[in-house]
Amino acid sequence: MTTTVARDTIRAPQRAGDRVFSTATVVAGSLILAVLAAVAAFLLLQSLPAFVATPADFNGDAANFWAYVWPLAFGTLWSALLALLIAIPLAIGIALFISHYAPRKLAQGLGYIIDLLAAVPSVVFGLWGIGVLAPLLQPFYTSLVEWFGWIPLFAGPVSGTGRTILTVSIVLAVMVLPIITAICREIFLQTPVLYEEASLALGATRWEMIAMAVLPFGRSGIISASMLGLGRALGETMAVAMVLSPSPQVIFALLTSQNPTTIAANIALNFPEAHGTGVNILLATGLVLFVITLAVNMVARVIINRRKAFSGAN
Amino acid sequence: MNFTRFGRPAVIAVVAALALSSCAANEAAPAASDAASTLTGTLTGAGSSAQGSAQEAWIAAFQTANPDVTVNYDPSGSGAGRATFIAGGSDFAGSDSYLKDEELAGTFAACAPTGKAVDLPVYISPIAVIFNVEGVKDLNLDSATLGKIFKGDITTWNDPAIAALNPKATLPTTAITAVHRSDDSGTTKNFSDYLNQTAPDVWTEKPGDPFPYQTGEGAKGTSGVVDAVTNGTGTIGYADASKAGKLGVAKIKVGDKFVGYTADAAAAVVNDSPLVEGRDASDLAIKIDRLTTDPTHYPLVLVSYALVCTEYAKPAQGELVKAYVSYMAGTDGQSVAASAGGAAPLSADLADKVAAVLETIK
Repeated sequence: MTTTVARDTIRAPQRAGDRVFSTATVVAGSLILAVLAAVAAFLLLQSLPAFVATPADFNGDAANFWAYVWPLAFGTLWSALLALLIAIPLAIGIALFISHYAPRKLAQGLGYIIDLLAAVPSVVFGLWGIGVLAPLLQPFYTSLVEWFGWIPLFAGPVSGTGRTILTVSIVLAVMVLPIITAICREIFLQTPVLYEEASLALGATRWEMIAMAVLPFGRSGIISASMLGLGRALGETMAVAMVLSPSPQVIFALLTSQNPTTIAANIALNFPEAHGTGVNILLATGLVLFVITLAVNMVARVIINRRKAFSGAN
Repeated sequence: MNFTRFGRPAVIAVVAALALSSCAANEAAPAASDAASTLTGTLTGAGSSAQGSAQEAWIAAFQTANPDVTVNYDPSGSGAGRATFIAGGSDFAGSDSYLKDEELAGTFAACAPTGKAVDLPVYISPIAVIFNVEGVKDLNLDSATLGKIFKGDITTWNDPAIAALNPKATLPTTAITAVHRSDDSGTTKNFSDYLNQTAPDVWTEKPGDPFPYQTGEGAKGTSGVVDAVTNGTGTIGYADASKAGKLGVAKIKVGDKFVGYTADAAAAVVNDSPLVEGRDASDLAIKIDRLTTDPTHYPLVLVSYALVCTEYAKPAQGELVKAYVSYMAGTDGQSVAASAGGAAPLSADLADKVAAVLETIK
């Protein structure tokens, strides 16, 4: 049917503004691709020497690049996962409070404050973590290890300074909270009022209404918000470098002095004194982080696309 | 030859008239008889970040005295500084370790073919063992115990090994958190070197910039270590002595006595240490005598060097390096470094030796 229409299509008059605008958008769109390709090419070229580096080039006793990068990749994912475990329930709670529970005036003010959190530079969060949070949590960690040390996660010996991966995850959770909250709030506010009123009319309490109408509607939104938060947590550098007491090992214990560090923090710590192959090795770990972030985002896309049909968003 | 002698002042005159200062005036520098204020040009250095704050103070003072000279120093790290200097990217390098034999065997792009690179000690910093333990003000440690603490073999403060060295102290049962540098650092290398030489049975790893064991707690930079030790409980760490602040500082065992760090004791051990053997007389690389038994010595020190050429490919740069490094190693420069970076001034003997080598730089 399109062919017949196409033949006698009446061409819309092209004004200068149309042409300029369409060119501008095409340029902007392809610029993103070009930058991404340039970054990927740079990382690939620079990291080639790292894959053939000898054990002497590595800090610590890693035998090759993969042995060196594996604990770092683990630490990156582990700290981000812990941060999300803390941040997601909290963010959903705050978003629901703002959208469905709080009086309108309070809700607006609260929304602004949450958004303000996103404007705090990460180095400030780092200082807060090292100066306030870590000393505050340390006595709590000590008793946690004392009473629950039999759980592998809380195994001792406890860190004397509180600068552990759990503290880092709490700092990261606070950092990703604003972005997750903001998106969830917007999604929850978009729930069709008819759904909400219908469930209330059927005799649902407010909680039941939220569970039946708001949350299913917002599920894909919650997931994409979490993935955006995850992206920030994966790449966070300064706060982790400042707060964490790093050690290049895969460790699950949350409260000890030895903690798996993240790729970004490791680059920040070692780049200033790196030279020769050391620089290439650090850039290669950057390439690994790039790939991890890309993979996480692609998985998020797939999940969102699959859920779209059930969300009611269409 | 005659032409250049007469030609140079003429060139300067023309250039001055045209108000084009830097390049041609640079050429004239060697001809000037009394150095100081007639120096012009740009001097580039890179390397040790331990020297960073001292370099800033030196540069500020030197540029005030020589308004036409610009000095740049990039605290990119000792390894990077040496690499830059070897490749000719800088006129001198700051380094926490002296040039290796294989580095000396190679060529240095900034030096004239007849010249070579030498190590000149310009910055001595004692490393303090800092601690924060409730109820403990004074702490004596020998190197074996210190090594075991940082290696994780001793885990509580009331360990018999610590108690034996501190009969008067009331040591708590608190767990020890030993804090080390999480970034690569010359401070770690010297700390490791001290333990490796004085307690080889305990500290079996060879010294290097990263901390060698996967125990204890890491913190970023000197300030990070000091912060962690201050805010934690039962903590111990090592840091440049000037940053120790109000924290407790352990005395280390030298011979039969326990010695706390002082600028004099740090300068003394460097002064009495032998030079590295098998090098040219003009190379003042020092083999720090960590095993000293003289209680006026404090062997846990970091010595940082200025790496310079004995003869520069560009004589003008040679003049500048000579003037700047002479200032650094001189009395004024050393007292500036002491107040800015907390360094221990070079002893008079050593300063004379450095000055003698600098005299020969072309």
